Amino acid sequence: MKRRRILATVAMLAVGSGLVACSSDEGGSDASNCTNTITKKDLPVVTMWGWYPNTQLVVDNFNKLNNEVQVCWTNVGQGGDEYDKFQTAISAGTGAPDVIMVEADRIPTFQIQGALVDIKQYGFDAVKANYSEGAWKDVSVGDAVYGVPVDGGPMGMIYRKDIFDKYKITPPKTWAEYEQAAQKVKDAGGPLFGDFGANVPAVLMALQIQKGAKPFTSDPAQPNAIGVKLNDQASKDVLDYWGGLAKKGLVGTQNQFTPEYISGVINGNYATYISAAWAPGYLTGAGVGKGQDTGKFAVAPLPQWDSANPVQVNWGGSAFSVTKQAKKPELAAKVAYGLYADKESLTDGWTNQIIFPLNLTALKDPAFVDLKVAFFGGQQANKEVYVPAADAYQGVQYAPFGQYYLDAMEKQVSEVIKGSVTGSQAADRLQEDVAKYAKEQGFTVQ
Amino acid sequence: MTSLTEKRAARTQPETRKIRGKVHLREHLMGWLFVGPFGVVFLAFLIAPLAYALYLSLFQKKLIGGTSFVLFDNYVKAFTDPSFLSGAWFVIRFSLVSIPVQIIIALAMALILDSVTTLFARFSRLMIFLPYAIPTVIGAVMWGFLYSRGFGPLTDIFGLFGATAPDFLGSDLIFYGLLNVVTWQWAGYYMIILYAALQGVDPTLYEAARMDGAGRWQIATRIKIPLIAPALILILVFSLIGTLQFFNEPQILRYLAAGTIGSDFTPNMYAYQQAFSLANFNYGSAISFALGGIVFICVYAFLFFTRKRRSFL
Repeated sequence: MKRRRILATVAMLAVGSGLVACSSDEGGSDASNCTNTITKKDLPVVTMWGWYPNTQLVVDNFNKLNNEVQVCWTNVGQGGDEYDKFQTAISAGTGAPDVIMVEADRIPTFQIQGALVDIKQYGFDAVKANYSEGAWKDVSVGDAVYGVPVDGGPMGMIYRKDIFDKYKITPPKTWAEYEQAAQKVKDAGGPLFGDFGANVPAVLMALQIQKGAKPFTSDPAQPNAIGVKLNDQASKDVLDYWGGLAKKGLVGTQNQFTPEYISGVINGNYATYISAAWAPGYLTGAGVGKGQDTGKFAVAPLPQWDSANPVQVNWGGSAFSVTKQAKKPELAAKVAYGLYADKESLTDGWTNQIIFPLNLTALKDPAFVDLKVAFFGGQQANKEVYVPAADAYQGVQYAPFGQYYLDAMEKQVSEVIKGSVTGSQAADRLQEDVAKYAKEQGFTVQ
Repeated sequence: MTSLTEKRAARTQPETRKIRGKVHLREHLMGWLFVGPFGVVFLAFLIAPLAYALYLSLFQKKLIGGTSFVLFDNYVKAFTDPSFLSGAWFVIRFSLVSIPVQIIIALAMALILDSVTTLFARFSRLMIFLPYAIPTVIGAVMWGFLYSRGFGPLTDIFGLFGATAPDFLGSDLIFYGLLNVVTWQWAGYYMIILYAALQGVDPTLYEAARMDGAGRWQIATRIKIPLIAPALILILVFSLIGTLQFFNEPQILRYLAAGTIGSDFTPNMYAYQQAFSLANFNYGSAISFALGGIVFICVYAFLFFTRKRRSFL
């Protein structure tokens, strides 16, 4: 009897303490749901969302090196999934983490809603020299800095060496040559030359910018005004070009990052993949280039419109931002500045091609520049393609309603793929759609 | 004994009323107590969210300029928004095709299983019902893979005959691709409801019909179907509401169907996109309510038209 009572008391206490533990948490940003284990338990904790494949290692490294603050990491999904959750937390006013991984093109979207903290006041000068000016520009709005750059996405043309050898073609230097090569492979009964996927509007935006498009312009002095120019000749030309390739059956129209597409890549259904420096890590993780396919891939600079005046562009790349919901922004900023900035994490990132580092200590490291990339059969991809592309990258002005713009673009590209509109018509419709949205949101559209 | 009855009889009228009133009040309280738990849940989880969504739908939030009260502007926008209208038109078309197909299959199965009583019938009943036990998400993913031209079986099967496989995830056939998934998933469930209703029919009616010279076909069409008409109406309403709120299957398949299924494919998907990806909770709520209105009108119209015919359906 007595024993039972003791047991009951113990059980009650256990349940009670469980309840206390629950009630002391706050929504999604509590410190008890960390994916990582925090060993220095008496230090203050900063919560963080991120999806790098090696985040676990990065967070452990930070926590090991730091005696002031510890990071509690959660992976709430990749890209759009994370943004949707963050957006909901912004609207709800609670539930956001202290520090969040965001792609540079999303920063204006969250910044205009007042969801991010300008971290210039929290030790910016100490780390300023670690990144190039262009890298800082991509994470800034006006003079304010809303993120710490981690990686960039200089673009190149990944291709299958075996297919190129079989059909006796050399990597095309211009888009005209790209089309000719595609035609040549098709005429010889070869595979598709590339992919025009509706779900990667950011790639098309980059390719439009390469031809000289300036989709959005704004002046920090007039935050309520925005220039929207999505149907200029350059934008139309690029959509017409890819729509034409698809119509002629030279490229596929699969959505990228899907099992269907990846199985096609593994099967060798696509001779090229217009993508960024982080793609090899992603493809390797998805099972591409393994077994008998080892070393079949290579990379060449992105084809140009005008080979005399090459333009380099960027797809993806990310940063750590501090959210307005952070209770101790100064501590959170320390995390944003310090995370993924130690040598060990960076080295792990670039040796596995998970990131193309923007931290100059890695970017200028000869070991990184001269790396013989296993995915590319030992090709010195960084030295030959990605580092020059990153050096020549000029930075882009992104939209404060990036999510809407990319969704609308995806919709129009789907129409082009279906063949219901031409690329030019799609650009006109996109312009109309996005300009209307901008007006609805209270902007003066120029 | 006598004195007691006398005393009772002597009680004045107001006194009894008072006591009755007390009893009445106590019964009243007890009633509320029993309804209470349900009432609280009903108010907290159904009425309150609905009221809040309705409240949200009357406002507009802008990136520049903040939130303002706009009354029905969001609804005006919804009913002139091609995305919403095309989505609504899609689900209505889809209902008109998919519901009859599902009901006819379910009814045929139920009638067959009702007149066959072998072990095989019991096994078939379970097998036909099984798809309903599979979560919609898993069902949709499974069909997505079966449809896939890259690694699904269709390419191989059609390849045997030298033909190219149809692309059920392409824009031409996606309607039928989804139709197949939905029918596969739900026909078994409707079958069980109809089967249960058939089990409730008095077997002496069949005997009487047979004595009057009715064949199996006549028994089915003249006796069984009219008697289970209420169950048929019920599943028709269920499926109408469910189909108009179409969300799971297209939302899952859009990741596999290259650009065929947009974010505004059905009104529910559009509301989801507006609320959770564009942070436009106001417009998302308005779309949800507008869809609710469409569902209400469709169901009401359906019940109105079947009201009189119920006797011979």
